[in-house]
Amino acid sequence: MRVMPTTPPSPAPALPDDPRNVSTPPADLSTFGSVRRLYPFVRPALPRLVGGLLSALGASLAALMIPQALKWAVNGPLAAGALERDWRGLAIAVGLVLVLGLGEAGLILLRRTLVMFPGTRVEAEMRMALFRHLQDLPIAFHDRWPGGQLLSRIMGDLGLLRRWLIFGVLQLVVSITTVVVGVGILVASAGWLGLVYLAGAIPVVVIVFRFSRKYRLISRLSQDQSGDLATTVEESVHGIRVLKAFGRGRDALETFTGQADELRRTEMRKASVDAGLMTSLTLIPEVTIAVCVVLGTLLAADGQVTVGDLVMFFATTAVINGPVVDLGMTLSMTLNARTAVDRYFEVMDARNPLTDPAQDDAAPAPADSAPAPATADPATADPATAGTVELRDVTFRYEDAERPVLEHVHLVLPAGTTTALVGLTGSGKSTLAMLVPRLFDVTDGEVLLDGVDVRHRTRAQVRAAIAVAFEDPTLFSASVRENVLLGVPDELAADEREARLHEALEVAQARFAAELPQGVETRIGEEGLSLSGGQRQRLALARAVAARPRVLVLDDPLSALDVATEEAVTERLRDVLRTTTSLVIAHRPSTVALADRVAVLRDGRITAVGTHSELLATDPHYRHIISSLEEDYAAHPHDGDLDDVEDVTAELTEPEEARP
Amino acid sequence: MTAAPETRRPTDAASDDETRLDKATSRAVRSRSLSLLGNLLRPHGKGLTWSGALVVASTAGQVAGPWLVALAIDDALPALRDGNPGMLVAIGAGYLVAAVVAGLTIGAYRRSAARIAQAVMLELRRRVFRQTQRLSLEFHESYTSGRIISRQTSDLEALRELLDGGLTGVVSSLLVMAFTFVGLTLLDWRSGLVLAAAFVPAWFLTRWFQARSRVYYREQRTASARLIVKFVETMTGMRAVQAFRRESTTEAAYEALGDEYREANLRIFGVNGRYQPGLVLIGNMTVVAALAVGGWRVLGGSMEVGVLVAALLYVKRFFFPIQQLGMFYNAFQSAAAALEKVSGLLAEEPTVVEPKQPVPLPAARGGLGLDHVRFQYGDGPVVLPDLDLTIPAGQTLALVGTTGAGKSTIAKLVTRFYDPTEGAVRLDGVDVRDLASRDLRRAVVMVTQEAYLFSGTVRENIALGRPGATQDQVEAAARAVGAHEFVMAMPEGYDTDVNKRGGRVSAGQRQLLSFARAFLADPAVLVLDEATSSLDMPGERLVQHGLQTLLADRTAIIIAHRLSTVAIADRVLVLEHGRIVEDGTPAELIAGEGRYAALHAAWRDSLV
Repeated sequence: MRVMPTTPPSPAPALPDDPRNVSTPPADLSTFGSVRRLYPFVRPALPRLVGGLLSALGASLAALMIPQALKWAVNGPLAAGALERDWRGLAIAVGLVLVLGLGEAGLILLRRTLVMFPGTRVEAEMRMALFRHLQDLPIAFHDRWPGGQLLSRIMGDLGLLRRWLIFGVLQLVVSITTVVVGVGILVASAGWLGLVYLAGAIPVVVIVFRFSRKYRLISRLSQDQSGDLATTVEESVHGIRVLKAFGRGRDALETFTGQADELRRTEMRKASVDAGLMTSLTLIPEVTIAVCVVLGTLLAADGQVTVGDLVMFFATTAVINGPVVDLGMTLSMTLNARTAVDRYFEVMDARNPLTDPAQDDAAPAPADSAPAPATADPATADPATAGTVELRDVTFRYEDAERPVLEHVHLVLPAGTTTALVGLTGSGKSTLAMLVPRLFDVTDGEVLLDGVDVRHRTRAQVRAAIAVAFEDPTLFSASVRENVLLGVPDELAADEREARLHEALEVAQARFAAELPQGVETRIGEEGLSLSGGQRQRLALARAVAARPRVLVLDDPLSALDVATEEAVTERLRDVLRTTTSLVIAHRPSTVALADRVAVLRDGRITAVGTHSELLATDPHYRHIISSLEEDYAAHPHDGDLDDVEDVTAELTEPEEARP
Repeated sequence: MTAAPETRRPTDAASDDETRLDKATSRAVRSRSLSLLGNLLRPHGKGLTWSGALVVASTAGQVAGPWLVALAIDDALPALRDGNPGMLVAIGAGYLVAAVVAGLTIGAYRRSAARIAQAVMLELRRRVFRQTQRLSLEFHESYTSGRIISRQTSDLEALRELLDGGLTGVVSSLLVMAFTFVGLTLLDWRSGLVLAAAFVPAWFLTRWFQARSRVYYREQRTASARLIVKFVETMTGMRAVQAFRRESTTEAAYEALGDEYREANLRIFGVNGRYQPGLVLIGNMTVVAALAVGGWRVLGGSMEVGVLVAALLYVKRFFFPIQQLGMFYNAFQSAAAALEKVSGLLAEEPTVVEPKQPVPLPAARGGLGLDHVRFQYGDGPVVLPDLDLTIPAGQTLALVGTTGAGKSTIAKLVTRFYDPTEGAVRLDGVDVRDLASRDLRRAVVMVTQEAYLFSGTVRENIALGRPGATQDQVEAAARAVGAHEFVMAMPEGYDTDVNKRGGRVSAGQRQLLSFARAFLADPAVLVLDEATSSLDMPGERLVQHGLQTLLADRTAIIIAHRLSTVAIADRVLVLEHGRIVEDGTPAELIAGEGRYAALHAAWRDSLV
């Protein structure tokens, strides 16, 4: 069983932005392409990076010169030793080494100081760019991309990139420069020996290229797998209640272990490829040198080269050797960073089909597009149309689905009225509701708000006019106050905000908030106090009410409430709905009771519109959906004792205790 | 595992985020972290030794090169000129061998080190995962998923860097340094003294680095975790963020945390960026001192130039690996800080503990008893003051009352998500605290309001109720709750991935699927906590119909606002402030004049 199965690379032709598609990196258009995309982010940091590079080269130079200075001291002032007592010469030598030593350390300090700002800055900026992009992308994108994959990009991949910018890139340049210059010197000055050494470089280059290709694939796989692993961890915590309720912790652990082991095997493959490279990068140069030792000695014996030439030759190869071995390490680091950049831009490239209109073809909209109180919107000037919503021949199909969810839907929500949307579960009610605030855009047809296609308005404008209470109430780790005032403009006066808060809590019968340990300042959500489903739902309702929208969309807003609370909420909510255009998704007669009229949604089409009693009388499908005990309905006398109910209501809606 | 008495457990986010720890706590936390590292590495003693040996062999192979070159020039060349090529051949062959040894051992070392690193990572991942599954809900309610993810990802990554970055590579560095020091001291003890003097500033510098980086790495781990928590929360709640146009607010909040993280990183780079050049400086200054002292002695006639040359070479070589050591120590500090967090999570004790000697319960009948149960969450208000309740096997009991009356708490006690503060919950006469969780979970299953679906297919999600269930069983369960039809309407039926093409399910459908899970699990006791709230009426009718069959021979506790669901109960309890105020069959209570009768009347009205 796979409790939380891994997501194997889909065999079907995956969507271009399918996160689970372990894609083959675009052939050898190579690292340059990635670097170019990085350029805009890195550009401001470039002077410091170049400065860092120069300091690094300077430090290497200083390090190389210290032995020279020592040699000079030994051959010069010290050679004569006690005979000449060249104190001055010694002082100069000591001073020289001192200066070089200070210089090396100082340049390293300089390099580190120069590079650390750009490294972290570039990371932070790329992170914010991705975050902004993710917030801009529509819900459809987030439905498709598992959280772990996004997280591994914004944390893991950008971390890799940071380390590469700070350590990798400089080391890569220094290593390559050293090797190229060193080999150049060898070839230019050592004749045959140099050519032999150069010949040794050929297999190294070939191996490095083959390594790069292989390593990139594996590093991509490994980074994708860690993303999947993060997703599994996230799900195992979000679904902890289910796993506990069914005692499936062990199975979940097994699945997780399988997935983690897969990652381990990938990492082992990576290490193995890496090990192969390290072997080659050590073995080949050393074997070449072994050949050179024999050849050089023979040449020297023959008198073709001097001993001095030989010493110089081998001293130079010794200098090159270190960077060659380092190159192996730096190269894998570079390839990992490259994969990280690819993965990053994959998300950055995800197209947003749900965009704001360009300025010129925007509908005559409020001058300030900032979220403003509804009253500031000139569109409300005409009370006859303020908040009219019309769905005109709307068809909607989820991008990846075969069949449309909604087909040719016509529905008008006249201003100031409340319409209940009723239909079987899965009939498309919630989808329809999400089209109004542009959480999704229609596939065909149009949604009009006060006569203007919502796509001709910015998302901010549309959403400022419309508030939604979702089916599963999402609360954030923040105080009750912040959660409820989420949709209230920040620039509103403090006492006005306060008034809205209390009114909204009152309407939603969420007075329990006042009884929480710190009242409305109590932190709730994941990091705070846990509330019951009913409490959460009431806060989500309060949030929608507090926004004072022109259009209110309530998705089954009372489902988790008990009868008494529901009754009390309904009572108060009616006042609010009287002046607001509302769409209420309803499963029960008690919720339908909020509405002036009812629209029936069946298989993606509106099949009937009318009042509750009309539909009850004329529409068998509606009867089927809405009345739980049809025979009871017929038999039941419609004269409930309201006084009685109110008593119960008062008693049962007393503030509830909360858990710390 | 040592822990200072005042060490606070990171059950709540605030104390987990603390970075400025007092001395005793800091020491306790650090030693907990190191003992975890030791514990993880212990099984790999052999592997570590082997890696160490490989890296020493590889270093030896590489060091042999220059020595062989010198030999070739100094000895083989003259020999060759004398017409004796034997030595050159030997040197050539020796060099080849050294090259092959160096190359092969470095590769083998890389593999061996990775094998250990990956085995340790896997083990730690498993431990953390098992621990998070083991910990009680109480813990999860404040620790957040983001923090656990951050433990499992970025904290573990820090450990990996340490293990990959040459835990064993340090061996060869230290060996080279030790040999060099001994060599130098044997050659000329006065130069040895000069070198020894360098230890003093190096020690102080390292102490400084240790103290600073410990705090900074802690800050970094905390900042990283908070960044992750915020990210996970924002992405999970993206619909609400967008619908209420909170993008700019969340962006600002995220940016603030991102800046904190960036600054934490900067501080680390800053301190590390002084430590490393500091070490280089000490090395270089030691060379200067050795040159000055040696030069003075040479000029004074008390030292040979040749000895000075050798001494200088030794001193230089001694400091060669010091940068590498510094980098290792840096990685070590980073990993230790990360392991502080991880070990903190691992040190958490679940408030609901497995019994040491469980009472076996192979086949539960389903009789439940709450024996003078008193319950409060932590030190919060008392939810259940003193509840005494017996539910005979096979009875269907409905709990009615407002949110906060204690209904869900009873459900959580029966399913042992929590343990009572006083009194006992018994299943077939056995205290549930004495039951192995496997037995308890087989006997008691709960369906909650939040119907969570895991990524995977519909079948896998239903089969969660009974691993290894056949397709027929899965289908039968789906049919029983009326989910079969909509499942079959999906593009790939039961094989449809719930997160993929056409796999979108509504809240009501999610509830049906989680109901099917419970049907499949076939427990002796079934607890339904608001499990039908999002169903439409026909769906509820179907489920209710299914329930009547399902519940015929088992115990059930039903919590529902919908009194239609309550109607199928054998017995109804009306709760208020954790006390039973009414108890009877639905018919009895409706006939009476109590709260249930009033509620029922109100509900009947709500139906029209």
